[in-house]
Amino acid sequence: MKTLVMGVIGADVHAVGNKILNLAFTEAGYKVVNLGIMVSQDEFIKAAIETDADAIMVSSLYGHGELDCRGMREQCIEAGIGDILMYVGGNLVVGKQDFAETEAKFKDMGFNRVYAPGTRPAAAIADLRVDLGE
Amino acid sequence: MKYGLFADVGSTFTKVVAVDLENAEIIGRAMSSTTIATDVNIGYDKAANAVMDMCGIKEFDLKLACSSAAGGLKMVAIGLVPELTSQAALLAVQNAGAKVLASYSFMLSKKEVNEIAGLLPDIILLSGGTNGGNSQVILHNAQALADCPVPLTVIVAGNKNATDECCEILEKAGKIAVPCDNVMPEFGVLDIQPAREQIRKVFLKQIIEAKGLDSLAKRVDGDIIPTPAAVLEAITLLSKGTDKTEGVGSFVAVDIGGATTDVYSATEGECLYQGATLKGLPHPKYKRSVEGDLGMRWSSPYILEMEGAEKLAKSAGVTEEEVATTIKKFNANPELLPENEIEQKVDVAVGKAATRISVKRHSGFITPVYTPLGERFMQEGKDLSAVKYIVGTGGIVISSPDYKEILAQAMYSEDDMYSLRPKNAEILLDKSYILSAMGLLSTQFPEIALEIMKKEIINRK
Repeated sequence: MKTLVMGVIGADVHAVGNKILNLAFTEAGYKVVNLGIMVSQDEFIKAAIETDADAIMVSSLYGHGELDCRGMREQCIEAGIGDILMYVGGNLVVGKQDFAETEAKFKDMGFNRVYAPGTRPAAAIADLRVDLGE
Repeated sequence: MKYGLFADVGSTFTKVVAVDLENAEIIGRAMSSTTIATDVNIGYDKAANAVMDMCGIKEFDLKLACSSAAGGLKMVAIGLVPELTSQAALLAVQNAGAKVLASYSFMLSKKEVNEIAGLLPDIILLSGGTNGGNSQVILHNAQALADCPVPLTVIVAGNKNATDECCEILEKAGKIAVPCDNVMPEFGVLDIQPAREQIRKVFLKQIIEAKGLDSLAKRVDGDIIPTPAAVLEAITLLSKGTDKTEGVGSFVAVDIGGATTDVYSATEGECLYQGATLKGLPHPKYKRSVEGDLGMRWSSPYILEMEGAEKLAKSAGVTEEEVATTIKKFNANPELLPENEIEQKVDVAVGKAATRISVKRHSGFITPVYTPLGERFMQEGKDLSAVKYIVGTGGIVISSPDYKEILAQAMYSEDDMYSLRPKNAEILLDKSYILSAMGLLSTQFPEIALEIMKKEIINRK
């Protein structure tokens, strides 16, 4: 069984989407380690180490995603899990910015997949199947 | 069953308590120097005879003992991530009543393994990885311990997928390996009971003999357990009660010794600060922590170092020089008691610092986070603000007329508002030093132990 570490990054307290995603990933057959809301980069990484996770799923709903996610890949490299799969999604930036730009920005930060607002959980699950070679 | 005799073989004194089981009453109490270096029975008999003379009873139907002599149970805790499995291992070791010599995280280095060899732990608790999680690190650490040139007893309580292999690696190198359930089977889930149980078994099988307690073990009716484990049993019973009788609810107990300060907290219900989000591992409902750098005699120089002479002098109302001289004197002669007012004041100041720092380390804390929705709090550890009592025990507190002043340091303070220490707790005293004896009694007659504790600690005023 593949293990996913998930949570809402930064000082973000949006709890509903987190619960929906937890349910969707669990039903899709993953072992989900849900860290809930207000999760720091450090917590994601430590949980991933201890559980030998296959992917880190980051949510951000309050528009400060860029600030919160910056440097996360570097932290993973530093912690010895530099190759771990990382997905991010939600309302990553404030206002109506062009999503292609946002996607490029987060990919540049080292995220493997970046999702626009309104993406269905099924889309991320389909990508997981491909990326994890299932 | 009419009479019970309960002994606590400490590092300095052997304390014996006699109980009238039918009337749930303490009928005698005495102590004598611990004689573990020669024959532990000499000190035990001396104290027991004194008790028998005191209460005029010679036959006891139930005899039990606990011990923290010969250094107590000395352990090393090893995990993977410091805040996760290392923390879980540390909580398990402390709750089992052991003294923590050191704790380690990630892959052990050669230097760390040499350090462990030098510490000569009685038992090592090796954890790391959730079940199905990381196994690489615990396997590395098992190999590193296998290569360690001294005899070791290792309880393997990590990722279950790696347990068998870890045990094989250790046994092949002639170490004693004991498989055990994971202390953190899933992320954020603490399961320390199996590890506590294994620690207790190893203590009985190997440590009792190694520490020269086996001759006493043959004379008592039940297993000899580590004293702090007995105290935690008593605390748990007093807090939650039995099926028939209600307990007293949440409280904190502080035991300030010569070398260490132990803090116990028993909390019923959720210990969460209003609206806070809990981070890290949930701490056990009945928790013990032990601070090796906080104590009245052997560890008082550390307190001087942490607090500084100026602060201690101000707290005691004496000069900095008097603080330094007194601490030095008591450290060199741990058996001494204060002989004048200055020494008395310094002792109280050291006790206050030990209480404040140890309870702060034991308690949880909150960190404010400013979110777009306003201020929110993140909490780590247990919120003890609502506990009803602070119970003091241990030599300094019991014998000090200023015990209230010392124990008041366990309380919440505005200078340190994010530390979740007790807010409106009543300060009580285990005046007759019965907690360990009641822990022993509770293993056989919890109702009687509960009644005595309520009488002697809670309702004694």
